[in-house]
Amino acid sequence: MTHDRAPRRFQVEALTRVEGEGGLVVEVRDGELADVRLRIFEPPRFFEGFLRGRSYTEPPDITARICGICPVAYQMSACQAIEAACGVEVDDGIRTLRHLLYCGEWIESHVLHIHLLHAPDFLGYPSGIAMAADHRAEVERGLALKKIGNRIVEVVGGRAVHPVSVRVGGFYNVPTATAMRDLAIDLRDALAMAVDVARWVAAFPTPDHRLPDDMPLVALRHPTEYPMLGERLVSTTGLDIGVDEFPDHFIEEQVEHSTALHGTTSAGDRYLVGPLARFALNADHLAPRAATLAAELGLDAAERNPFRSILVRAIETVHACEVALGIAEAYTPPERSAVPVASRAAAGSGWSEAPRGLLWHRYELAADGRIAAARIVPPTSQNQPAIEHDLAHLIGHSLHLDDDDLEAVCEQAVRNYDPCISCATHFLDLRVIRS
Amino acid sequence: MTRPTVAVWKFASCDGCQLTLLDCEDELLAIAAALDLRLFLEAGPDELLDHYDISLVEGSITTPGDVERIADVRTRSEVLVTIGACATAGGIQALRNGSSVADYCATVYARPEWIETLATSTPIADHVRVDHELRGCPISKQQLLDTVTALLARRRPPITTHSVCIECKQASTPCLLVAEGIACLGPITHAGCAALCPSVHRGCFGCFGPAETVNIDALHTAWTAAGVSDDDLLRTLQTFNVAAPSFSDAADHVVERSSSENEARR
Repeated sequence: MTHDRAPRRFQVEALTRVEGEGGLVVEVRDGELADVRLRIFEPPRFFEGFLRGRSYTEPPDITARICGICPVAYQMSACQAIEAACGVEVDDGIRTLRHLLYCGEWIESHVLHIHLLHAPDFLGYPSGIAMAADHRAEVERGLALKKIGNRIVEVVGGRAVHPVSVRVGGFYNVPTATAMRDLAIDLRDALAMAVDVARWVAAFPTPDHRLPDDMPLVALRHPTEYPMLGERLVSTTGLDIGVDEFPDHFIEEQVEHSTALHGTTSAGDRYLVGPLARFALNADHLAPRAATLAAELGLDAAERNPFRSILVRAIETVHACEVALGIAEAYTPPERSAVPVASRAAAGSGWSEAPRGLLWHRYELAADGRIAAARIVPPTSQNQPAIEHDLAHLIGHSLHLDDDDLEAVCEQAVRNYDPCISCATHFLDLRVIRS
Repeated sequence: MTRPTVAVWKFASCDGCQLTLLDCEDELLAIAAALDLRLFLEAGPDELLDHYDISLVEGSITTPGDVERIADVRTRSEVLVTIGACATAGGIQALRNGSSVADYCATVYARPEWIETLATSTPIADHVRVDHELRGCPISKQQLLDTVTALLARRRPPITTHSVCIECKQASTPCLLVAEGIACLGPITHAGCAALCPSVHRGCFGCFGPAETVNIDALHTAWTAAGVSDDDLLRTLQTFNVAAPSFSDAADHVVERSSSENEARR
């Protein structure tokens, strides 16, 4: 059933299985796609406003509250930005624990997204819970794996949502060798489960689609590691910059249909951050098991099908389990849990790879240790124009579908990007208007 | 109430409290079997019913539209449970209260005129009747499970109102404030976290909001003795539960005492 020329209009009040609240408006006129707008109506919370005047020690706790799904990302970018402003570098042992903590968040967030938010699209269920009726073992395995991700965050950070052990300069307290030995036992199970999850996901029926060729992919890069805590920012268009140069190359603009700002390059071009971009630019730094499995499952750095991002998340989960296991097995508690950080009048930037992509923070500190200005650029605001562009591209090829099928494809495609709207504003209701 | 219908609603928040429900990995499928989850957008269910037996409400009220929406949620809900610091006290975004929102808006947005927002962030109970509340930034998984279990059994949720100090004693954690002079808000903070921060050698910073009784004067004296400035005490009171009445009264008290002591010194 198609509606080639007839005016069409349909509407989904609330796009589900995304984090936060927003909508999608699609306008079709005379059988041609006229406009796609990802509407974000999550109420603004003004974090950058009320950070002013707070102490330089507070951003890890305050900015964690921007997002309950990726608080570690906020804590890590905030700590690094303030440490940069204060001219402090943390000890290797502390950085290693941060890397471990980040592995926990990647596992927890990716496994939640794969099983409860995205897999139901591929297998034809309205929710992960409904999917469990027919795929109970897979959902239970996912929940068990997610639990181990959260377990890492609890062991290192004290609490799964909004960890409490993190501070500027390091940690309030570091795990005991015994706690880490127990965690390593869990992580051996986790690695085996993650490999099985990746094989399961790789067998999903995948729509044929490709990102527009002119879409730059942007991710962090580290000399030896797959980047959670990266050092440089690189892109498929040849960019290679340091953390302070970010505002020279990327800008944010406000658009009327969104309480999240829209990120573009300074030339005004859309760009994509997140798992697909990370993998394209860093596949050579995957841990051995993850690298072998990616090759076996036919995933390489040239992958541009957003519907395969679920498989990239699964491979990244394997990677995170491997790295976490290595850290846990080699662990001896660091000599000190934090390095002292004295504030000074200076500005500093920090970044890291949240599960959904690049998260950049910048703080200006006053002489009395208070924050004079703060700026936070989360992954979903950077991706919003790219998501709209990719949807336009996809819908352009899918107008032969009837409204229900088109709607389902659009929702699945939005979930390819695992948008975190709580972050970006700080949800989605889909409206297609055909006239 | 056999297999009650349940809705999870979101207002201004970070999603962390509703995520706590999905973080009940061992219990999630059992919960989904015991409860009839009809509306929980983050997890998928999106049925708008006229009546839900239980509504879990996350987030604070910050827009004119949400003032109307929460009234509508109340009419659809038999039992309404607020979950987390945003819903129970206005959350960290209540730091805007008393400041210029126009100024905040202009800090974040180039075109503030496109943004619809209220001057204040307020808890759900300021707008509608609330049956039970779970404190915390975020809520405790155990308290959420205990509350769901109690509602299924038609019992009152077993939420105690004492301070974090009792939980430190239960966990045999030595008092950070007395033994080490570490600034800790535990004596005036509502229990529920199992005294988490002191267990990682960090002073409590008040995620669960005020305990039933708050003796700010004694705490102020102890923090001063520990060498903590009034500014630091004020900032700690004015974070995730800044708009909770007992914490804002406590902050006023600190300001008054501080200025009268300065006066006396002069």
